[in-house]
Amino acid sequence: MSSADATIPIADPYRLGHRGPNLARGHGGGGPASKRVIVGYGFWLFLLSDIVIFACLFATYAVLANATAGGPRAKDIFELDRVAWETACLLASSFFCGLATIAVARRNQILTQAALIATGLTGLAFIVLEASEFAALHAQGYGPTRSAFLTGFFTLVGCHGVHVTAGLLWLGTMMAQFFAKGFRPDIGRRFLCFSMFWHFLDVVWVAIFSLVYLVGTRL
Amino acid sequence: MFGKLSGSAIPFDQPIPLIAGAIVILLGLGVIAWVIAKGWFPYLWKEWITSVDHKHIGIMYCLLGLLMLVRGFIDAIMMRVQQAVAFHGGGYLPPEHYDQVFSAHGTIMILFGAMPLIIGIMNFVVPLQLGVRDVAFPTLNSVSFWLTATGALLVNVSLLVGEFARTGWLPYPPLSELRYSPGVGVDYYLWAVQISGIGTLLTGINFVTTILKMRAPGMTYMRMPMFCWTSLASCLLILAAFPVLTATLAMLTLDRYLGFHFFTNEAGGNAMMFVNLIWAWGHPEVYILVLPAFGIYSEVISTFSGKPLFGYRSMVAATLFICIVSFCVWLHHFFTMGAGGDVNAVFGIATSIIAVGTGVKIYNWLFTMYRGRIRFATPMLWSLGFMTTFITGGVTGVLLAVPPADFLLHNSMFLVAHFHHVIVGGVVFAVLAAIAYWWPKAFGFRLQEGWGHAAFWFALAGFYVTFMPMYVVGILGMTRRLQHYDMAEWRPWILISAVGVVVLICGVICQVVQLAVSIARRNELRDTTGDPWDGRTLEWAVSSPPPVFNFAVLPKVKDAEYYWEVKQRARETERLGREPSYEPVEMPRNSPTGFVCAFFATIIGFALIWHIWWLMIVGLVGAYATFVVFAWRDVPEYVIPADEVARVDRANRAARQEALAAGAAA
Repeated sequence: MSSADATIPIADPYRLGHRGPNLARGHGGGGPASKRVIVGYGFWLFLLSDIVIFACLFATYAVLANATAGGPRAKDIFELDRVAWETACLLASSFFCGLATIAVARRNQILTQAALIATGLTGLAFIVLEASEFAALHAQGYGPTRSAFLTGFFTLVGCHGVHVTAGLLWLGTMMAQFFAKGFRPDIGRRFLCFSMFWHFLDVVWVAIFSLVYLVGTRL
Repeated sequence: MFGKLSGSAIPFDQPIPLIAGAIVILLGLGVIAWVIAKGWFPYLWKEWITSVDHKHIGIMYCLLGLLMLVRGFIDAIMMRVQQAVAFHGGGYLPPEHYDQVFSAHGTIMILFGAMPLIIGIMNFVVPLQLGVRDVAFPTLNSVSFWLTATGALLVNVSLLVGEFARTGWLPYPPLSELRYSPGVGVDYYLWAVQISGIGTLLTGINFVTTILKMRAPGMTYMRMPMFCWTSLASCLLILAAFPVLTATLAMLTLDRYLGFHFFTNEAGGNAMMFVNLIWAWGHPEVYILVLPAFGIYSEVISTFSGKPLFGYRSMVAATLFICIVSFCVWLHHFFTMGAGGDVNAVFGIATSIIAVGTGVKIYNWLFTMYRGRIRFATPMLWSLGFMTTFITGGVTGVLLAVPPADFLLHNSMFLVAHFHHVIVGGVVFAVLAAIAYWWPKAFGFRLQEGWGHAAFWFALAGFYVTFMPMYVVGILGMTRRLQHYDMAEWRPWILISAVGVVVLICGVICQVVQLAVSIARRNELRDTTGDPWDGRTLEWAVSSPPPVFNFAVLPKVKDAEYYWEVKQRARETERLGREPSYEPVEMPRNSPTGFVCAFFATIIGFALIWHIWWLMIVGLVGAYATFVVFAWRDVPEYVIPADEVARVDRANRAARQEALAAGAAA
C-alpha cells in the first residue's frame, strides 16, 4: 500500500475514483479505500465532532449573551480594530498553510519549512493579539467570572484560541517530522490532517467574528 | 505539594468503602502477583496490553465491561438492601454514602459497564462481518480502550481516596456546583467521564470510517449485516452526541475550577441550560447503547431461526429513523421544566413516534421467526426474553411520553422501573446473548448450555420480581433515590423487590459458573470448523478463534448473506470452493501508545481532581512526548508471508471439508 501511496500527487490525487471504475475504492462495492482516503475521512469526522463542540459553545453564548448581571455588555468591550487584525493574521496563516500544501506536493523541503514558519508566525500573532484582548478585559475587572455573558464569551473565543495554540504545537511537530523524516507518505497524510485542521479553525473564526463580534457591537 | 490530597482523604471511619477498597486492592495485587509468578507478563504485554488487534481490544473491552457490571450490581444490591431495611429509620448506609452509591451505580452501569460491552462487541464483530482485516485506525482503537479503562479506574479509585459524586449519575447544577458540592466527588465524576468520553468519541470516528470506507470488495451497503448497520447508526450518534457531553462537562468544570457562571445561581448563570445540554447527549446515548443491541438480536434471531432477517430494508430504514429522531426527543426527560404546553406536546409526540421505529423492528423479528426452524440455544433465549421485556418497557415509556402523565410520574420509582426495563431488557440481555453467540468465535469453544439456560431463567424471573413492584410504588408516589421512608403501603413492594435481587444474584452466579465450567471443559466444547451455529454472516467463514489477519484472502462478496450462499453450494456439491491463491499480508504492528497515553491520562485526571498542578503538567508533557514517539516510528507494519497465510487457511479448510463429509454421511 505504501508504494501505491507514493504516487499520490499525480492523477486522481485523493483516490476518489473519478478516473474510471477500476480506481473506485472505498465506496459501494469497491473494497477498502486507500490509506490517504481513510485518514482524511477519519479526520473529517473528527472535525465534524469538533464543530459540534463549537456549536454547543455558540448556543450557550447565545443563551447567556444578555445575562450581563450588571456588568458590561458586548458593545461596551469589543474593539473591532483589534479583531480585524486578528482576522487578517489568521486568514494569512491559512494562506501560508495552503502554500505549504503546494510545497509538500512538490517535495520541496525549503519551501515547505518556510511556508510552515510563516503559517506559525501569523498564527502566533493571532494568539498574541487575542491574549492581549483577554488581558485588557481582565485588567478592567471584566474577566469570565464577572457575568454569565463574559463566561460564555471567554469560553467560546478561548476554546478557539486553545485550538490554535494546540495547532501551533502540532505545526512545530509537523515541521520537525518533515525535516527529520522527509516526505514519507504517512507524514504526508498527517500534514493533510493538519491543513484541514488549520483551515477549519478559520471557518470557526469567521463564525466567531460574525456572530460574536459583529453582531455584538450592533446590539 | 499535594493540592487538596491528604491522609484524611481515605475514609478510615467508614468500614464499608474501606473494606471494599481493601478487597479490590488485594484482588488486584493477587492477580498481578499470579501473572508475574506464572511468567505470563511478557505474553500479556505483547498479545493484549499493547495489542492493536481489534479482536483482542474487543475482548478487553468486554472484560472491563463485565467487571464494571459486577461492581455496579453490587451497588444495586446495596441500594435494594438499604431501602428494604430503612423503613422508619436510617438503614445501614448514611445519606452521604447512599447518595454516592446511587450516583456510582448509574455512572458505572451506563458508562463503564454497558458502553464498554457494546463497544467491545462492535470491535470484535464489525471488521469480521465486513470481511476486512482490522479497523481504520488500529492504534487509535487501543488508545480508545485504554482511555475508557482510565475513566473506570478513576471512578473506582474514588471508593478509597476521597469520595464519589452525590449528585446522581447526571450531576445537575446547582447541586453539582462548588458551593453545594465542595468535595472532590463531582470532580472524580467529571474527569472520569470526560476522559472515557474522549475514548468513546475516538471509537465513533474509527468505526464510522471503518464501516463507510473499509468494506470487503462487493460489500455494498445493502449487503452489510444488520449488526454493522446498527453499529454504524450508533457510531454516528456517538460522533454527534459525545462532543455535546464533552462541552457540557467542560462548562461545569470551568464553573467549579475557575469560578465561571454557566450554570450557577449567581451572575446570570442558567442551570436549566445544563439539563438541556446533558440530555441532548443523554437521550442519543440511550440509542447508542440500544441500537447495536438491536443488531445483535437481529443476527441471533436470524441465525437460530434458520432464515434470513425478515424485512432487511425496513430494518435499515427503522435504524436510521431512530438514529435521527433520537436527537428530537431530549426534552421528555424534563417536561416539568415549564417550557409550556406547545413545546411539551412537540416532544411528547416525537417521543411516541420514535417508538414506531422500534415497533417495526419487533415485527421484523417476529416474522423472521415465523415458520423458522427455531433452536432454543442460550443466545436465542436472551433474545426472546428481550422481546417480551422490551415491549413492556417500551409501553411504559410511551406512557411517560404523555406530558400530563409525566407530571405525575416524573422522578418516581415508575421511571426507575421503566428505564431498567428497557436498558436491562434491551442492552444487558443483548450483551449476554452476544457473549454466548460470539464466544466460540473469540475463544474456539462454546459455552456450556445448561448453566446458560439457568442464568437466563433466573435473570428473567429476578428481573420481573425486582422491577415490576417499582411501577406500583411509583404510582403510589414513591420518588427515586430515597434513603429512608415512612409510608407503610410502599413497604411490601420494596420487600418483594429485594427478594427479586436475590433471584438476580442467583442468575449472576449461574453466569459466572457457566464461564468457569465452560473454560474447564473447553476440550469437549471445542468448535473445530469455525461455524458452530450454522451462521449466515462472514465472521463464521473464518476459523475460531480467527487468525490475526482474519481473512487469508479478502472475500469478494456477491450477495447479501454471501457466506450462507457459499455454504449451501458447498453442501450441495459436498466440497469447498477452489483454494484461493495466497499472498503476503501486511498487518499493523503492536504499540504501547494506547497504554502509555492512558497512564498519563490517569495522572492528569488524578492531578486535576486533587488540584496537584505540577503533576498535571508532568502528565501533559508525558502525553505529548508519547505522541511524538509514536509519530517518529519508522515501521508501522509487518508482513505475514504467504506460506504462513496458506498454512493457517488450509488447516481451517481441512476442518471444514471434514465436517462437510461428516454432514453428508449423516
